[in-house]
Amino acid sequence: MATQAAPLIAAPAVTYLNHEHGVASWLLTKDHKRIGIMYLLVVTFAFFLGGVFASGIRLELATPAGDLVSSDTYNKLFTMHGVAMVFFVLIPAVPAILGNFVLPLMLGAKDVAFPKLNLLSWYVFVIGFAFTMYAMIAGGVDTGWTFYTPYSSRASNTNVVATGLGVFITGFSSILTGLNFMVTIHRMRAPGLTWFRLPLFVWAIYSTSLVQVLGTPVIAITTLSLAVERFLHFGIFDAALGGDPVLFQHMFWFYSHPAVYIMILPPMGAISEVIAAFSRKSIFGYSFVAFSSLAIAIFGFLVWAHHMFVSGISVYSALVFSFLTYAVAIPSAVKTFNWAATMYRAAIWLKAPMIWAIAFLGLFLVGGLTGLFTAALGVDVHLHDTYFVVAHFHFIMVGGAIMGYFAGLHYWWPKMTGRMYSDIWAKVAAIIVFAGFNLTFGPQFILGYLGMPRRYHVYPDEYQVLNVLSSAGASILAVGYALVGIYLMASLFKGERVGANPWHATGLEWTTQSPPLPHNFEVQPVVTEDAYEYALREVKVG
Amino acid sequence: MAEAAVTAHGDHGAHAHHHPDLQHHFDTLEQQHEAATLGMWMFLITEVLFFGGLFLAYMLYRVWYPEAWAEGSYQLNLTLGTVNTVVLIGSSLTMALAVRSAQTGLRRGTVVWLILTMLLGLVFLIIKYFEYAEKFTHHHVPGSNFAFPGPHAPQVQIYFSLYFLMTGLHATHMLIGFGLLSVIAWMAHRGRFSPEWYTPVEMSGLYWHFVDIVWIFLFPLLYLVDRAHVPG
Repeated sequence: MATQAAPLIAAPAVTYLNHEHGVASWLLTKDHKRIGIMYLLVVTFAFFLGGVFASGIRLELATPAGDLVSSDTYNKLFTMHGVAMVFFVLIPAVPAILGNFVLPLMLGAKDVAFPKLNLLSWYVFVIGFAFTMYAMIAGGVDTGWTFYTPYSSRASNTNVVATGLGVFITGFSSILTGLNFMVTIHRMRAPGLTWFRLPLFVWAIYSTSLVQVLGTPVIAITTLSLAVERFLHFGIFDAALGGDPVLFQHMFWFYSHPAVYIMILPPMGAISEVIAAFSRKSIFGYSFVAFSSLAIAIFGFLVWAHHMFVSGISVYSALVFSFLTYAVAIPSAVKTFNWAATMYRAAIWLKAPMIWAIAFLGLFLVGGLTGLFTAALGVDVHLHDTYFVVAHFHFIMVGGAIMGYFAGLHYWWPKMTGRMYSDIWAKVAAIIVFAGFNLTFGPQFILGYLGMPRRYHVYPDEYQVLNVLSSAGASILAVGYALVGIYLMASLFKGERVGANPWHATGLEWTTQSPPLPHNFEVQPVVTEDAYEYALREVKVG
Repeated sequence: MAEAAVTAHGDHGAHAHHHPDLQHHFDTLEQQHEAATLGMWMFLITEVLFFGGLFLAYMLYRVWYPEAWAEGSYQLNLTLGTVNTVVLIGSSLTMALAVRSAQTGLRRGTVVWLILTMLLGLVFLIIKYFEYAEKFTHHHVPGSNFAFPGPHAPQVQIYFSLYFLMTGLHATHMLIGFGLLSVIAWMAHRGRFSPEWYTPVEMSGLYWHFVDIVWIFLFPLLYLVDRAHVPG
């Protein structure tokens, strides 16, 4: 126990958690904080489900022969892993859980602009998830999460339409959430909270919302057209009917590449908060970090065809798309350098969220740099559809997005629950996840470079050592994630109660009690200083 | 006006003066109206991108198969299409008048103009029904029953696939708009709107005009395109 006689903190009398009770009070709530928690439950379940599918993949790949599952089952495993993780974990994780919870608090608002629409978004999300679950239970789907035609239009006999409808419906949840957040940021800021006083998390959410609002409708119309094509035999993408399968790829990636930025921008925002808070410094180059979010969102719309360098697109357009893809590296690097510069010569307070954030920095760096390999036209011909690409995007999606999500979750957990988890276990888990992650996906870079293609369940014997390493890493990763679940759950019952601001952080969300009041603030906050004025705070930490 | 200024900065008793339609998380009706307007325009932008995917497909295939596009568009009923265009533009006029009536506090006027808008929408859908029925009898509906003379049959089928997807999606939006307006008309009838607060009327007006504008693009692209190139 700590030797200082810290006064025990009493639980606040009225919080958003206890002011009303019963299942109906949750299912009919318009409170952004409760809706955030409801997303947390669904997304965590989807994460578990996606993890189970991933385990199946890694178990099968432990041996060169296809001895655990048939090739058809394997196709379903990686498809459903992708669908669950992309549409039901990565896209909603930070915006819908953390964004919902902290965005209005950060803005000093009572709620988002459209609370009913916010609840509707959750229901739409759950209905979309139910469709996808139905498709999984009814026999699965085997086209890959990319639904490429003609696999999805002609070749597959699996539940493509149900899964496509699930994605279509879930898309509207994403659109409505993005729309809601953008209007909230425009119209609900506290007095004095000018654009350049906003926390960088808000800039990140704003940029993300822009992508959600502009990109998601395109995937909606694409999956709808695909469903109509399958159901009614309309010819839009079917080459046998004169249609163009490559058009599907263009339309699919017009959304699905920007979707990568829906997944990574919000965790980047969370990382900015955590790094500033635990470096006890103002973020280095605030406006550069803020505008780099917008730049990523805008450039993100101009690079989709880099997924199609071997799909027969013209050399000249490939050249342009390759160049633009390199351009996206600039704002990403701006962020990374600014975070590093913030930490430079700072009195870093190494609490658990910071460990997760530092792990993010390392893994995102590798993920980003390997992206440049695949953006190079000649190199991509060699690497396309190999494990190199799999490793690259897992470094971004898991090493980046999920690590950033966990950094944010650990940072705001005491605000959400009013209790602190075990710092030491959280650090141990972060290190286990970091180690397990590198062991899982590090070898896959080499496998891909050596020529192992993705989406096959048998492979030549010489790839086995690296595959066994990868599978071993995956089991360590699973232990790490399970540990996070265990100590976070335990903290709900045994965690020490915290006051309004356990991290002595800046930001309006830390000025109200933990857990917050039903309507967030007792009096309307007024902002008089920039974000991250840590230099003005005399608190000694660590 | 002076009283409003006092209540805005006054004590908590001021809540009693709040407009009944002011939601708890907004400070003023103006803020609430601005949020709704911004949200609605953003929703319409998502709709532009939603239809945009189909316009992209249309553009690609029209460049690839100009003959099929000419032959396909020649099969559409130009008279019914033109009548429907006029009907829809008329409904936008009545919708604008409904918003105007709500703005000036004419309760009866709002209800009447809204009902007229819905009736015109209904006329549009009925005419569309007859057009679709004609396509069924002529085997112009894509799928196993599709039949078209000449060498461009597969490409003409793509034309009709896009025709049905685009007009079908448009008609779905009309149906949603019809439902929306019936709720708004009922609210107007119950006297829920005033010159102070008529945001829902204005928002559904924006939606209705958007659906109208989509048709303004669909009509020339589907009915009139390359029509002159095919001999009668």
